[in-house]
Amino acid sequence: MSKIMQRLVAGTALTAASATMALAEGVKLEVTHWWTSGGEAAAVSKFAEAWNATGNTWVDGAIAGSGGTARPIIISRILGGDPMAATQLNHGRQAQELIEAGLLLDLTDVAEAGGWKDIVNPTSLLDACTLEGRIYCVPVNIHSAQWIWLSHDAYEKAGLTVPTNWHEFVASSGDLEAAGTLPLAMGQQGWQQNIAFGAITLAVAGLDAWTEVNVNKNADVARGPEYTAAFEAAAASRALAAKSNVQDWNQATNMVITGQAGAQIMGDWAQGEFAVAGAVEGEDYSCLPGLGLNAVLDTGGDAFYFPVNEDPEITAAQKELAALLISPEVQVSFNLAKGSLPVRGDIDMSAANGCMQKGLAILADGGVLPSGDISFSQDTTLQIEDLMAQFWSSDMSAADAQAAYAKLIEDAD
Amino acid sequence: MTVASDSSHRRAKPPNRLFKNWMAKIASLPMILTALFVFVGGTAWTITYSFTGSRMLPKIKWVGFDQYERLWETDRWIISIKNLAVYGGCSLILTLVLGFTLAACLDRKIRFESAFRTIFLYPFALSFVVTGLVWQWILNPDFGLQSVVRGWGWESFTFNPLNDPETVMFGLLIAGLWQGTGLIMCIMLAGLRGIDEDIWKAARVDGIGTVKTYVMVIIPMMRPVFITALVLIASGIIKLYDLVVAQTGGGPGLSSEVPAKYVIEYMFRAQNLGQGFAASTMMLCSVVIILIPWAYLEFGGRKRG
Amino acid sequence: MADTTTNTAQEPRGPKPKKTFSRANIFLYGMLIMVSVYYLLPLYVMIVTSLKGMPEIRMGNVFGPPMEITFEPWVKAWSEACTGINCDGLSRGFGNSVRILVPSVLMSIVIASVNGYALSNWKFKGSETFFTILIIGAFIPYQTMLYPIVIMLREIGLMGSIGGLVLVHTVFGMPILTLLFRNYFASVPEELFKAARVDGAGFWQIYFQIMIPMALPIFVVAIILQVTGIWNDFLFGVIYTKPATYPMTVQLNNIVNSVQGVKEYNVNMAATLLTGLVPLVIYFASGKLFVRGIAAGAVKG
Repeated sequence: MSKIMQRLVAGTALTAASATMALAEGVKLEVTHWWTSGGEAAAVSKFAEAWNATGNTWVDGAIAGSGGTARPIIISRILGGDPMAATQLNHGRQAQELIEAGLLLDLTDVAEAGGWKDIVNPTSLLDACTLEGRIYCVPVNIHSAQWIWLSHDAYEKAGLTVPTNWHEFVASSGDLEAAGTLPLAMGQQGWQQNIAFGAITLAVAGLDAWTEVNVNKNADVARGPEYTAAFEAAAASRALAAKSNVQDWNQATNMVITGQAGAQIMGDWAQGEFAVAGAVEGEDYSCLPGLGLNAVLDTGGDAFYFPVNEDPEITAAQKELAALLISPEVQVSFNLAKGSLPVRGDIDMSAANGCMQKGLAILADGGVLPSGDISFSQDTTLQIEDLMAQFWSSDMSAADAQAAYAKLIEDAD
Repeated sequence: MTVASDSSHRRAKPPNRLFKNWMAKIASLPMILTALFVFVGGTAWTITYSFTGSRMLPKIKWVGFDQYERLWETDRWIISIKNLAVYGGCSLILTLVLGFTLAACLDRKIRFESAFRTIFLYPFALSFVVTGLVWQWILNPDFGLQSVVRGWGWESFTFNPLNDPETVMFGLLIAGLWQGTGLIMCIMLAGLRGIDEDIWKAARVDGIGTVKTYVMVIIPMMRPVFITALVLIASGIIKLYDLVVAQTGGGPGLSSEVPAKYVIEYMFRAQNLGQGFAASTMMLCSVVIILIPWAYLEFGGRKRG
Repeated sequence: MADTTTNTAQEPRGPKPKKTFSRANIFLYGMLIMVSVYYLLPLYVMIVTSLKGMPEIRMGNVFGPPMEITFEPWVKAWSEACTGINCDGLSRGFGNSVRILVPSVLMSIVIASVNGYALSNWKFKGSETFFTILIIGAFIPYQTMLYPIVIMLREIGLMGSIGGLVLVHTVFGMPILTLLFRNYFASVPEELFKAARVDGAGFWQIYFQIMIPMALPIFVVAIILQVTGIWNDFLFGVIYTKPATYPMTVQLNNIVNSVQGVKEYNVNMAATLLTGLVPLVIYFASGKLFVRGIAAGAVKG
């Protein structure tokens, strides 16, 4: 037993030592996130550089393996009373309970001082950070999921013109397949299949039906004819992707890059893969937001939260960091590196490439959907993803899938 | 044995039973605390919260059996159980058979025994993440085994278990066996070494064949060894998670999902602790159902001895 | 035919094969070699891949030997691979892993050996019940215990420190280790124990003077199992520590699981081999002791 006591003492001494160290050289803030790939890490380093430039120190706590791996770690640490200074979390409903438990820092004063209400565009991003009128997170970027990526290579090889919208793509898919090219690349994972389904729904069932189901959780619409059409379209797409046997989304993207597949439905982060491969938008590949039919995008994305800390010095530094993350220069450099859209409309993004410009134009026109992160709980989202995984990888009929889907919408929260 | 010694104590009527063996009791405190606080306490905590609507944080908000009803209505959970049954059944049998066969081969006074033993055992030193990754790679149809065999001229050769919903569990099994049989072989080998040479002599005198001797005489004698092996294998099967995540991610679709993955994903990705706790309570129930006969056999058997 | 390296405790007990090249023997060796291929293939693939450059990997097959051997992936995995913005590869985690490993192995073995000793020689009312609980505990998926343990560690103030992690490893190593020690000590002749009792030796005297000196093989097994388990642990390491003390496996996870960008298989494999090196070396070095210890601990169940 004395061993435990010794460790207890040693542990406390260690914490005390690190606290005094922090005093000596500015404030060390530990920041956890799950951005570990090349482009992502480059983007994070923009944050870190900006923070270090203020004389403080960014202690990087990257955890690879996407939010699924990182989230339990982040939540455990916050719950365990040994929190990091700042952490990435998707905004929306994920953090609501932590806020209610008083574990996350109220940033309202920072937001008011920085005039976030006026600069954050679309305003729904800030709403996602707001609970009972108080602001608890800093949105840092916008990612949208409703994109289709087309391989010029594949279409030229088959002697076809590159489609400019979803209907043209479906019409050309027979010829593409006849030429020996897989029409649609699809990673066999529920979240990817759900993204594809969401984008197809938006294109086939239309914006109104989509909003009714995804925002108002109207199960009757989910059972209605618009969604029947959407599920049938998804079943048809399933046939187009039948020979796609990759798992990771970037492997599917790679099939489009190399011309093995005609297209992939994937979020705007896919353009990072094209950029790494040296592909040029308009020459080697095309990107169509809203599948080329509805010029609307959802506004998912990432946000940073700041767990409550008893040390007033760290609290002050947390607020300083919050203000920094949303400042114009940092927003530009970060989002250019990340390939995402900035959260404020008042900055110059002329350095962005063609696809990002398309996205920016849609944002400027107000073609904005609420993201699933905001309208559905994670629980409902995962259940829908499970259904999609089952639907896309089996011969489940469109009608069965629709019935199951409507049931989930009925129970959704 | 417990019962026996306790009853003898009772007959002796010690003045103060609490202080009998007091040093042993104090020395066992870490174990007692672990058993009570971590295992019993943690389990009770989990079961309690499985009857609540806890989402991201544990909260007492009673919902009765709602979580369990939802669990058993969920296709993914049912699929997970079926998958684990297939994997577990095959893994249990194959690990025991393969482990025993390899041990028996090594026990036949062969050359290079320690080299073979090391070869069979080394995968156990690696983590499941590594195992999953390597086998995912070897089974990759585009540059793994399939493409190599095709490169040899057998164009129609198809071996792509990881992308076929029908066979993906066997793809996992290949990796699971690779990692797990070595330890079981070692245990079996140790058991074989413990068997008296005279048994073999007697069998030879009676004219019983080698294989028959193993099946009829040796294996029944190694009952405790098989039980230890069984506990080790079974606890590994129930906890199957890392390998699936590293090798298939549960795909294609839901075709290689397992219960532990359901628990973890609903706890942390879906942030529905209540649902995850309900699923883990069901897993715990199945463990207890499997273990009670084992505990009875194990302790019952020792009492007689 | 005789294997000169075997000692008496180790000697194979099976019937002696008659001739070196009997049909049964050819079958025996043939089978062993085939199975060995299955076991060695992944290691071969890991090593070969880790010595290839990326262009070669993209076009070639996984089994082909490297056309041009490069050690760059190893260098990169050890000291250059990036995790977030820290580009110092696995090297950072190595020291942390050792710092976590040593106290965890020591503490878990000390406690488990005392448990096993008490369970087999100093039974008291309820001792078997606690032991049964421990064994059932071995079946619980660790992940479901995360939150209760977070709460417990918070209450005793060890959350986030290496001490907390050591405690967690001790707790979760306890079931299997206690089983091994209990079985081992149960096989020690009871007369020995009784004689010591008659001489007036107490609990600790018997433990230190009689039991420990006899228990070397089982300590070896326990050390091997714990070193492997703790070294390969990712989940507890990442949750109950913080970036400054992350073990090597966390860095490995970060290198291997970066979902975006090009997957550098060669670096992944080199990183994998580097991380697995410590347990692998221990296995290769202790093969015989391991079997002997297992024989002592697991068989007398």
